[in-house]
Amino acid sequence: MERVSLLPRLSLRFVPVWRRNLRVWRKLMGPSIVGNFGEPLLYLLALGYGFGRMVGEVGGLPYMMFLASGIVVSSAMTAASFEAMYSAFTRMHMQQTWVAQLHAPLEVEDVVLGEVLWAATKALINSAAILLVAAGLGLVGGWRALWVLPVMLLVGVCFASLAMIVTALARSYDVFTYYFTLVLTPMLLLSGVFFPLQTLPPAIVAIVQLLPLAHAVELIRPLVVGAEPGNVILHLAVIAVYASAGVVISSRLVARRLRH
Amino acid sequence: MRLDQLSPVAANGQRAVPQDAVVRARGVVKRYGPRTVVDGLDLVIRAGECFGLLGPNGAGKTTTLRMLMGLTPPSAGSIEVLGLPVPAQAREMRRRAGVVPQFDNLDPDFTVAENLATFASYFGLKGPALKARIAELLEYAQLADRADAAIQALSGGMKRRLTLARALINDPALLVLDEPTTGLDPQARQHIWERLRRLLNQGRTLILTTHYMEEAERLCDRAAIMDHGRIVACDSPVQLIRTHIEPHVIELRARDADVFLARPHDFSGVRVEHVGETVLLYSADRERLIQAAGALPFIQRPANLEDVFLKLTGRELRE
Repeated sequence: MERVSLLPRLSLRFVPVWRRNLRVWRKLMGPSIVGNFGEPLLYLLALGYGFGRMVGEVGGLPYMMFLASGIVVSSAMTAASFEAMYSAFTRMHMQQTWVAQLHAPLEVEDVVLGEVLWAATKALINSAAILLVAAGLGLVGGWRALWVLPVMLLVGVCFASLAMIVTALARSYDVFTYYFTLVLTPMLLLSGVFFPLQTLPPAIVAIVQLLPLAHAVELIRPLVVGAEPGNVILHLAVIAVYASAGVVISSRLVARRLRH
Repeated sequence: MRLDQLSPVAANGQRAVPQDAVVRARGVVKRYGPRTVVDGLDLVIRAGECFGLLGPNGAGKTTTLRMLMGLTPPSAGSIEVLGLPVPAQAREMRRRAGVVPQFDNLDPDFTVAENLATFASYFGLKGPALKARIAELLEYAQLADRADAAIQALSGGMKRRLTLARALINDPALLVLDEPTTGLDPQARQHIWERLRRLLNQGRTLILTTHYMEEAERLCDRAAIMDHGRIVACDSPVQLIRTHIEPHVIELRARDADVFLARPHDFSGVRVEHVGETVLLYSADRERLIQAAGALPFIQRPANLEDVFLKLTGRELRE
């Protein structure tokens, strides 16, 4: 009979799954970078220059700086979610890549962890690229911004594993549109990426503060602009709780689906 | 073990089949909700033999293979493969096993050679030994000149050969094949058979499912016929035929079958089966058969595994 445990069996065996995706990405790097990194960059430039001229300072920062630090975070969320839904579903369902991997000495947990870490890696690559552009535009406040990178990896794991739950339950690509429209876009609009959280009604703020994106923004924005973030432990803890719950739940759901 | 190493072949050309068990399954049951797909399976498969699992669609063959590989847990019963309990230590067991799935799941993002290298990475294989292994397997699969081809550019037969080569990347002692030649043209099937024969000559154990009785007769040392999740017969193909079927068979086809069924006849000493558009007459007495057919044109042939299959699993259509 199967050993039942609450925690997934973790090990370094996820590495070849992660490396497989890296190899494919290296082959198709061009379109991938344009798609995932071009769009947030356009938002930054258009909104930042156009809108920024009208609003001046926001949250004690020039609007361009406020926005750039927000987009570094939101692009990670989008990239991780996209990879863990559309691309992962393609590998799981259409290409049966995961089934082939399970014929080797890998378990469902290895595959899910490899996929989640890969999606987090893509999130990291995207936000690092945007950070680099922001630095070029003089929107980054010093070397402290390098702390953004490890935090981005955690944020990537968080959103990738949440998206993986949706993927594990998906019958087709259609459901991903719902997740983007009903979950991610409202979170993106309300979590302090484009305007300060405090301008919203207190009830909304209370809800938004239960979600991971607002905490990621609170943590990343000071790091990007060269200030010291407050409540670091709290912010990291919220993101880490979502990330761990996402990994555990999505592993179980994918196992239920594939080991049926 | 090298692919060209023909280890346990006895002088008379017969393969020496050692008696230790590669698979031991006891009382294995698999239920999906109220549906019982495998219903009390007992199975011993010996090292070095080619073992066939035959049965109509839905008989539980694929589920059985998946349970043996630890890909889905049994609802009851115990399984041991290559000396390890499954699914508890399935991952360790799969280090020494290979799987050829029913539907090709080659990685479309990689070339032929990259597919082998990527699959090898899941086993932690690397270095110059792997390079040599890949070259050897490409040769074995007759794909050496297509190493850099895209998967989409391969024919069905080539894809199957590559899937087979991929399953051999870890030099497995046990190979499990789910319908290895379904959908292939006759030449491609012959190629696969020849390659499976080579693997048997190297002393590997093969477990395969198939709908082609000719394939099972050709390759399998023993075959189990499954129906409704149970094994209804298990023996060598020759013994299965001898035990279950009369030695002489004639077939009446299409209109001749209709004419035969429409007219009054004497069935004593003759067993009559009607499947689709064919009437099959079986008897120990050849003269009696020819007499029963009357003046109708018929085809006379020796009894085969298909006769056993139809007798044991019935004639109704399974979908």
